[in-house]
Amino acid sequence: MEMFIMSLTIFVLAIFVGVEVINKVPPTLHTPLMSGTNAISGIVVVGAILSSGGSDHTTLFSTILGVAAIALATINIVAGFMVTDRMLNMFKKK
Amino acid sequence: METLINFGYLIAAVLFIFGIKGMTTPKTAVRGNQMSAIGMLVAIVAALLDYNVVDFTWIIVGVLIGGTIGAIMAKKVPMTDMPEMVAALNGIGGGASLLVASANYLESQKLAEMGKFVPTYDWSIAVILSILIGAVTLTGSFIAVGKLKGKIGDSNKVMLFKTIVKIVLLTLIAGTVYFAMNNPLEQDYLVLGMVALCLVLGICLVMPIGGADMPVVVSLLNSYSGLAGAAAGFVLGNNGLIITGSLVGASGIILTSIMCKAMNRSLTNVLFGGSMAASAGVSKSENDAFYEGKVKYSSSDEVAMLLDGAQKVVFVPGYGLAVAQAQHATRELASMLEARGCDVKYAIHPVAGRMPGHMNVLLAEAEVPYDQLVEMDTINPEFSQTDVAIVLGANDVVNPAAAKDPASPIFGMPILDVHNAKTVVVVKRGLSPGFAGIPNELFIRDNSLMVPGDAKKVLQEMIGALKDL
Repeated sequence: MEMFIMSLTIFVLAIFVGVEVINKVPPTLHTPLMSGTNAISGIVVVGAILSSGGSDHTTLFSTILGVAAIALATINIVAGFMVTDRMLNMFKKK
Repeated sequence: METLINFGYLIAAVLFIFGIKGMTTPKTAVRGNQMSAIGMLVAIVAALLDYNVVDFTWIIVGVLIGGTIGAIMAKKVPMTDMPEMVAALNGIGGGASLLVASANYLESQKLAEMGKFVPTYDWSIAVILSILIGAVTLTGSFIAVGKLKGKIGDSNKVMLFKTIVKIVLLTLIAGTVYFAMNNPLEQDYLVLGMVALCLVLGICLVMPIGGADMPVVVSLLNSYSGLAGAAAGFVLGNNGLIITGSLVGASGIILTSIMCKAMNRSLTNVLFGGSMAASAGVSKSENDAFYEGKVKYSSSDEVAMLLDGAQKVVFVPGYGLAVAQAQHATRELASMLEARGCDVKYAIHPVAGRMPGHMNVLLAEAEVPYDQLVEMDTINPEFSQTDVAIVLGANDVVNPAAAKDPASPIFGMPILDVHNAKTVVVVKRGLSPGFAGIPNELFIRDNSLMVPGDAKKVLQEMIGALKDL
């Protein structure tokens, strides 16, 4: 339970930080903001990596799910960052 | 090592925050995005250093598959299809969280056998939540993609879907309580059943929402994909995931509320109110009668002459511009006008297009400088000094009824006051109603000229005519 309260505290504080920072993003950049956040939500790849690393408590089935999760999360990371970069470069040039 | 790894996750989270902070101006945004990418790299390296990772084979396989698909998607997608792309990525993110939570559930069973894990109530609830949010995001997003592509139309069975949603929700709550109270690690079939129910729930939540409300839905699912990640963080006890997930969650929530405000509707109304066109729309004959003989038609040549003498021109892009791929033609006409000493601006309504910022990206693709893209509140007072306002495939966002007619279904929605311009040129394929399903009084006003046709073709004709003058 200790651990849970700690995590919950971090969660709530991070939401406040998020609201503060994101409120300042101008409407012009809202589409790249969405694709950029798509990319960083690919962070679940961390969890997927731990499930696919073949440690003693993984099973065949959990490894399959883990590898599928890595593939999906990597799509998000690669596609998200690349397409955001593509869009932002269009805004940069005058 | 454990400490070092957790430190790595913290650095990643900080880099993400700086990355998003970079997005506050177009100049720093590219750098910001790169900073986020570095953050991701740090997080991945930290995860690979974990003592649970002993074999890299499968990890490499997964990364290669995902990386290839992702790179192809990012290179191929045209800017007009960005809403579908973002919606699909939301769904994929939700799917990844769902899989991570499921894999972790299976591993926990093995760990418990080895005597290294005892499930707690908060762990049980986190597992269910991350399965729930992940699955809803997955199927909901793909229904949204179908709606954005126009393959799935507006549903008239709103009540049916609402009922299914209620039943499913009640079942899920009961299932969660049973799961948490009765040895959660021996409930494979219950978990499987709940995954299936959550997938159904995602479909039934998005199906009844009208095509016009897609900007809200895409933003909301963006938020869900983040929250699904945060929930997976609770399952794994990983703070990096929790921080990042809540950042994405917050971003989606803010965009959702901006979109709702721009349509003057509450979130519950958007989610459960059904499609506006279905509830308030007019029939085709009523629509025809409204416009009968009152619309003044014009031609590209006439408009070109009008533009020749104009001092100030404002373009008002809408979804029609995206459909016609007319952004480059718009830019070309604008450049010609500027060369003649005319002041050119673009008025961007927050819900123009199918997602937040959609029009800005399209016009940026056509190399329109971003300082010419003006937000609604800033441009509205300027319309009275505008000689010509050119409406390109926008409808409801320029309907004066929203400001004047309390009986109108869109009453109270903030609009672009184009009717205050000296002349309004409306380029539109036909007189069919917009998303709200109502006729637009703007088109029959004295200062309005209608040029029927595809936006790109009409603009090219205007460019040609202007050259000949």
